[in-house]
Amino acid sequence: MANSDKNIFKIADSIYSSRLLVGTGKYKNTQEAKSAIDKSGAEIVTVAIRRTNIGQEKNEPNLLDIISPDKFTILPNTAGCYDADSAIRTCQLARELLDGHALVKLEVLADKKTLFPDITQTLYAAEKLVNDNFKVMVYTTDDPIIAKRFEEIGCVAVMPLAAPIGSGLGIQNPYNIRSIVENASVPIIVDAGVGTASDASIAMELGCDGVLMNTAIAEAKNPILMAGAMKKAIQAGREAYLAGRMPKRAYASASSPIDGRFF
Amino acid sequence: MKVLLNGSSYSVKNNCSVDSLIKNLDLNGKYAIEINQNIIPRSQYSNKRINSGDKIEIVQAIGGG
Repeated sequence: MANSDKNIFKIADSIYSSRLLVGTGKYKNTQEAKSAIDKSGAEIVTVAIRRTNIGQEKNEPNLLDIISPDKFTILPNTAGCYDADSAIRTCQLARELLDGHALVKLEVLADKKTLFPDITQTLYAAEKLVNDNFKVMVYTTDDPIIAKRFEEIGCVAVMPLAAPIGSGLGIQNPYNIRSIVENASVPIIVDAGVGTASDASIAMELGCDGVLMNTAIAEAKNPILMAGAMKKAIQAGREAYLAGRMPKRAYASASSPIDGRFF
Repeated sequence: MKVLLNGSSYSVKNNCSVDSLIKNLDLNGKYAIEINQNIIPRSQYSNKRINSGDKIEIVQAIGGG
């Protein structure tokens, strides 16, 4: 992202200190999700919007009672939507649910096997939502041309996938991710596909502004330990990016001087 | 009269308001309501009347990525 102060992470006029965004799905229970999120240091937390269970699970705590909108930036998603209209409808319900909070994660899916996004439907929905004053963080493929198009529409962040959602395969196309980052003037956040800490570091070393993940933490054998690892990986990757890595060479380059040898 | 509440048939009194429906359901936490795909803002819960056959959706935030 072309930002005069490289170390400020800003989305829709809010400044965040953590570049790790996390989901709340797939945990054993809400308490485990909360412990992992606390350990991750994440400030932006995604949620899904679904039907309330009428007359059931009276004692089940409401997610937003545990993960409070007073403490976290809640990012409602449109997961499970396969057309623009249901995604728009979901965003409108989310905004009402969250008392006018207009930040949303837009995803319009195309295919159940890959969960790849339907770009034409996503473009259509993004345009409608931006016109309706939503602040749209958009899930997309790693196509640099499409990423730019979402920025031009007015999305506040563009979120290319590293690999399919929940696959844990890591960054499959670092060249495209780098290309998206180099051409962007909104935050670029890798969303989906991260499997372990090094994947998150690679995304950050490529210059991404942040990483959004869920399964990599929730499906780790020890989610809370992994949440801490991800926090460090994001920070390490970011610092390595800012530091600027050494050039790669085909052959060795001795670290100790040749001069002054006594042998 | 019958309405379709979150996809299931549900009985409410004639001329029932959204407010009284919510009280009957004893909902906890945050939720949002849509009737026939129109969002009902919280400020309209007491005035908005439910009609027979209305399709009502009540949604909340749950875990997701």
